[in-house]
Amino acid sequence: MTPKTEQELSELVAGAKGPLRIQGGGTRPIGISQGELVSSTGLSGIELYEPGALTVVVKAGTPLAELEAALAAENQRLPFEPMDHRGLLGSKGAPTIGGVIAANVSGPRRIQVGAARDFMLGMRFVDGTGAIIKNGGRVMKNVTGYDLVKLMTGSYGTLGVITEVSLKVLPKSDSAGCVVVHGLEDSDAIKALAAALGSPYDVSGAAHIPQAKDRDAITMVRVEGFEGSVAYRLQQVSEVLSRFGPPEQVSDPNDVAARWADVRDVAPFHGKGGEFWRISVKPSDAPALVSSIKHDDALYDWGGGLVWLLVPAGTDVRAQVANVGGHATRVRGGGSTPVFQPENDVLTTISAGLRAKFDPRGILNPGLMG
Amino acid sequence: MEMPVPNPVILANKPRIVALLQGVLPKTAVIHEDREVHAYECDALTAYKCPPLCAVLPSTTEEVAAVLKICHREGVPVVPRGSGTSLAGGALPTADCVILGTARMNGVIETNYDDRYIRVQSGRTNLSVTGAVEENGFFYAPDPSSQLACAIAGNIAMNSGGAHCLKYGVTTNNLLGVKVVLMDGTITEIGGGHLDAGGLDLLGLICGSEGQLGVVTEATLRILPKPEGARPVLMGFDSNVVAGACVSDIIKAGVLPVAIEFMDRLCIETTEKFANAGYPDCEALLIVEVEGSDAEIDEQLSVIMAIARMHNPVELRESKSAEESAAIWLGRKSAFGAIGQINDYMCLDGTIPVSALPVVLERINELSVQYGLQVGNVFHAGDGNMHPLILYDANKEGDLELCEAMGADILRLCVEVGGCLTGEHGVGIEKRDLMTDQYAPEDLTIQMDVKDVFDPHWLLNPAKVFPLHVSETRRAPAIAAE
Repeated sequence: MTPKTEQELSELVAGAKGPLRIQGGGTRPIGISQGELVSSTGLSGIELYEPGALTVVVKAGTPLAELEAALAAENQRLPFEPMDHRGLLGSKGAPTIGGVIAANVSGPRRIQVGAARDFMLGMRFVDGTGAIIKNGGRVMKNVTGYDLVKLMTGSYGTLGVITEVSLKVLPKSDSAGCVVVHGLEDSDAIKALAAALGSPYDVSGAAHIPQAKDRDAITMVRVEGFEGSVAYRLQQVSEVLSRFGPPEQVSDPNDVAARWADVRDVAPFHGKGGEFWRISVKPSDAPALVSSIKHDDALYDWGGGLVWLLVPAGTDVRAQVANVGGHATRVRGGGSTPVFQPENDVLTTISAGLRAKFDPRGILNPGLMG
Repeated sequence: MEMPVPNPVILANKPRIVALLQGVLPKTAVIHEDREVHAYECDALTAYKCPPLCAVLPSTTEEVAAVLKICHREGVPVVPRGSGTSLAGGALPTADCVILGTARMNGVIETNYDDRYIRVQSGRTNLSVTGAVEENGFFYAPDPSSQLACAIAGNIAMNSGGAHCLKYGVTTNNLLGVKVVLMDGTITEIGGGHLDAGGLDLLGLICGSEGQLGVVTEATLRILPKPEGARPVLMGFDSNVVAGACVSDIIKAGVLPVAIEFMDRLCIETTEKFANAGYPDCEALLIVEVEGSDAEIDEQLSVIMAIARMHNPVELRESKSAEESAAIWLGRKSAFGAIGQINDYMCLDGTIPVSALPVVLERINELSVQYGLQVGNVFHAGDGNMHPLILYDANKEGDLELCEAMGADILRLCVEVGGCLTGEHGVGIEKRDLMTDQYAPEDLTIQMDVKDVFDPHWLLNPAKVFPLHVSETRRAPAIAAE
């Protein structure tokens, strides 16, 4: 079913006799939910875009490409650099902005500017009873009532069907460059990234791709901004990194863009078999964690705070994550463990309580998040 | 401002409740003598006062839990309080409530520079968080005007902002984790040194919930490396509208200043008399600050000043030294104090789309004439967060009510142009009764449903955020439970 208006969607949900599977572009098949398919793609279009106010209001089913093109025309962008899951998951279709928000999808720039949730200003959604709800607004600061916008972002359609989002956007950078160090061990690489992130040079990407059969280890730090400033900061970051290994500067725009798109989309894993795990931990915990888990490949983003692991099916990733604190999501693969990180009893009870309020009949993507 | 009628059973039970609290806290941590509880009768919204039943000052999360357990069992409302700097009455007591102050929980638990966070007890003041890390070249970004005094607990409750959030975001964007105690005394942790939630974003929900969902006792905060330098430029314009257009053009141009502050003539003249900052004689003034190395600052300021010149400024003054920078900021930072010297005032916090700035300033002028009350405008222009200051005379009968009515009209205007009632101060009691202007009944119902989940008996800060008639049936069981 593909409702064309928010009202139609509201009636559809209110009248539903069984579970509904909520979907945007369907390019991020993470976890399994049963039920009749409800697609948000019928709710499409940019409602309002004010470049001078850095805000855009857009219907949830709008293709991400359409939104990004509109922003690019004004030399602006979604600052959180949402990942494209198609290469990793082998999915087809066109990602929607609603899907990005429902899954709180961010990319390398998350460490500098924040996640998708940090750019969400407001939202409209249909809850599990069919009620049309709005929260937040379209201004950059808003503390009027509870922040349900944050709660809804990353809730994978389990609390409501997002119909419209308003976002803060930022100017595109004039220029970007990165400093690359080759051949570092994971633990040295994470120390190098911490040194760069702890410097005043406003790093906008910090990633490490470990050595593997078919490649050498590569550690990368990105800076963005005006041209003169980027050149200056590339030099400064090179000095910071020089005690770890000979730094190499990359300034060709296409090369820089391609390298960070590969990090964002976890390109080294594309086409490989096995389970994919996405792990969020303190950066300094990451190298020991990775070495404690038998894996076929790994990639570190966010200075080490985001770890992508490719492991043989059935590997117990969470036991090790539990030792250091953080959370792990199984982005691809079967198995009996939950896809999303189980929480402590108190938070589980609260989350269940919230679900019972937002979706009393339990019909929205039931079982997806627990 | 209407507040619920205090529960006579609780008032009558005061000796017993105080004794129970004394049983779980050190003697000096329970404040119950009539002359002492007056210290907690209001926050920075001083127009409203009511001494609480008593106040407690726990030192640990466990003590907080013990207090809440008792209050939960006895059906006593609890009003959490950071440093009491709320301008919205967020910490205003009722006569039958226990004030839970975080002042004694002010320690640093952990600093981690590799992972760039600090863990503190929530009573620590905002500025002293930066104080704990600045020797190592780091700072905590959110900087509310009250940062010398205000507590992180209150910052989290109200999701506080500040002058520099155009670049660095507000509290919720800089909060990584909390230890929180629920009303029934349950202690739990959300988030930590890692980024983003594994399940539902309960951290994002707690932040800004005005102490109605739980009491935050510890916070993990993101710290950032200090920029190499910062430099402001001061611009004067002969009309508010032109200044507003200049703001919009700067933002559109692809520069992202860390702050864009706006002051109108009334504020300029008043602060000039008070602080002698050397501000120009003009209708509107902008302070735009950028960060980076000297060369980077030059690069950004050259773009910004070129835009400013296109708007025919009556003054364009780039700081040439640390002293000049301090002078440029001096007037802005003394604005509230300066106006407080000459008048009683009410500080609003409505936020609007930046594009609506000219029309809103115009309409505020009209309202000023209509109500016969002067208004000064000083605010964070880059993000549309306005702070109209309505001047009134507290000693003149009816003036406060007139001022409140005008404030409500201004806030309705903010909502009408696509904005909101409050950008960083919170709803508290001040904007409580305007919530129905911003939200439809179902929008408020689901928010109150959230409170039901965390605090089913509505004992935590119950008379705030939601209009009393809207929350009445949910609050009733707390009283009926007696």
